[in-house]
Amino acid sequence: MIAPEQAEGSPVYKYMNKLIEIRNLTKNFDDQQVLKGINLEIHENEFLTLLGPSGCGKTTTLRIIAGFEEPSDGEVLFDGIEISKLPPYKREVNTVFQKYALFPHMNVFDNVAFGLAVKKTEKSVVKQKVDRMLKLVGLTGFGNRDVTLLSGGQQQRVAIARALVNEPKVLLLDEPLGALDAKMRKEMQAELKNIQQEVGITFIYVTHDQEEALTMSDTVVVMNDGDIQQIGSPTDIYNEPENRFVAEFIGESNIIEGIMIEDFLVEFDGIRFECVDKGFEDNEEIEVVLRPEDLDIISPKKAAITGEVKSVTFKGVHYEILVETNTRVYMVHTTDYSEVGLKVGLSFGPEDIHVMYPMGSY
Amino acid sequence: MKHFKHLTKPYIVWSFVFVVIPLLLIALYAFTTGGNSVKILDFTLRNFVKFLEPTYISVFLKSIKLGLTTTSICLIMGYPLAYFISKFNDKAQDLLILGVTIPMWINLLLRTYAWLNLLADNGIINNLLSIFGISPITMMYTDFSVTLGMVCNFLPLMIIPIHTSLRKMDNSLIEAAYDLGANRIQTFRRIVLKLSMPGVLNGIIMVFLMSISTFVIPKLLGGGQYLLIGNLIESQFISVGDWNFGSAISLLLAIIILISMRLMKKIDPQDE
Repeated sequence: MIAPEQAEGSPVYKYMNKLIEIRNLTKNFDDQQVLKGINLEIHENEFLTLLGPSGCGKTTTLRIIAGFEEPSDGEVLFDGIEISKLPPYKREVNTVFQKYALFPHMNVFDNVAFGLAVKKTEKSVVKQKVDRMLKLVGLTGFGNRDVTLLSGGQQQRVAIARALVNEPKVLLLDEPLGALDAKMRKEMQAELKNIQQEVGITFIYVTHDQEEALTMSDTVVVMNDGDIQQIGSPTDIYNEPENRFVAEFIGESNIIEGIMIEDFLVEFDGIRFECVDKGFEDNEEIEVVLRPEDLDIISPKKAAITGEVKSVTFKGVHYEILVETNTRVYMVHTTDYSEVGLKVGLSFGPEDIHVMYPMGSY
Repeated sequence: MKHFKHLTKPYIVWSFVFVVIPLLLIALYAFTTGGNSVKILDFTLRNFVKFLEPTYISVFLKSIKLGLTTTSICLIMGYPLAYFISKFNDKAQDLLILGVTIPMWINLLLRTYAWLNLLADNGIINNLLSIFGISPITMMYTDFSVTLGMVCNFLPLMIIPIHTSLRKMDNSLIEAAYDLGANRIQTFRRIVLKLSMPGVLNGIIMVFLMSISTFVIPKLLGGGQYLLIGNLIESQFISVGDWNFGSAISLLLAIIILISMRLMKKIDPQDE
């Protein structure tokens, strides 16, 4: 079930109620600074993904929100109240751990019931709530099973049920699908998104898998080296990367240095192209992103950019074709086969050109 | 894998010769009379009946009591120590565990002798007390000295298995418990303690087994009159020369240990 207002519009602006606010958060481990002062707002009902390579600080951010790490500096506000000194058991967040961390000495029911049991909830209420959660994650009737004998996907579901049964305001997920095989991961992606919409709470999801981030999130936060690189909807992040790191990390791309002649006109490889970007200085040095799937191979006579096919690799759905021009090698993703050595032309439309600030000056 | 199976054969022969045959011999001795005569086997239950005499039963009960006391003290002291050690980083843990095991490198006899000098009426402790004008306290040749000796000698056997089970515990389980709203005490009781139960059981079994069968410690720290089941068996073989009765006691002891181990394993750490 997708709520009608979630189907369209920029998610960053549609959430009115701010739930978590992170201000100037830093974290040092020994001499190493893993978070360099990040600022982030997380809203009610938002599916927010922290995306980045390993060591970028995404897991540390999550662990600070959960309460397993104390920040070196900065604030974490939850509903306007500073919580960074509170122990984890006093926070209204629950975590789904990377390797599930299910209690091996308890069966499925007792694992899910754990949070309620420590709060001395009445037995009949516990049973009702646990059963409802098991139903939500599709494990009805699994209550008496030994958790250590479940499959990875089933353990994953138990971990989600165990966290959600406490009715947290925020669910934190630390690379929860990392241990699953590709097919299972796809299924769980869809299911997680469904669960999030059904229970209607905020999910903060940590992953290094860009496809996962783009598929599930309302908002993607791209991180690198302890800093936030870009915050935006999946489409924004993919189509309008703000810098080279984001463009390279999210999908494959051809990144070309160029000059913004004026609004809607860019020059690279010695040729001027119409584009849809504006707001840069005239004659500013910029970088252009051309996604491989936006490029088409046409006859060299009709094209501004021409070159020779260097290699053709079959990738399943498409071919990855490298075309060498006088100045560089372009990567093209297309379903049409080309011969190696063939002279070809490259075509793309104005909307396929994405202009961004070069790395370093951003 | 198949051809490696043959490699186990020497070990099977070895354990048969050195474990199974002696055990069978003890059983044979226990059910016969006539010492080392193997030509005529005179089967009897007399050796077991003899054990039911009040003198022997009281020795037996005293051994059990002392064994249970020693095991309880070792558990009460050992668990917190093992827990404390498991909180350090890997390197420090290795060092601390080494510290726990170092006394075991020294011969048991020497370790026990050392207590003699400390606990004797004119020993170090009483000498120190006399400085403060306290008259000498008799500590040697009492239940206290024997229990103390056993606790000191067997404490590592409790710490090591408990520490092993605590160390291999996944820290994310503890984080998960906190995350789900359990405070420190609840987390310890419901997660840490439960998951370390296999180590606790192993420690209990080891310490109980050692303390119920020891004869050196009661002999040195309890004096000549201090009889435990281990001393009883020793004296039957060494001084009295009644190998048949000694074997019968050994067999009974083995059976009792076996039963208590069974009972311990039955205690299910999973139920709440």
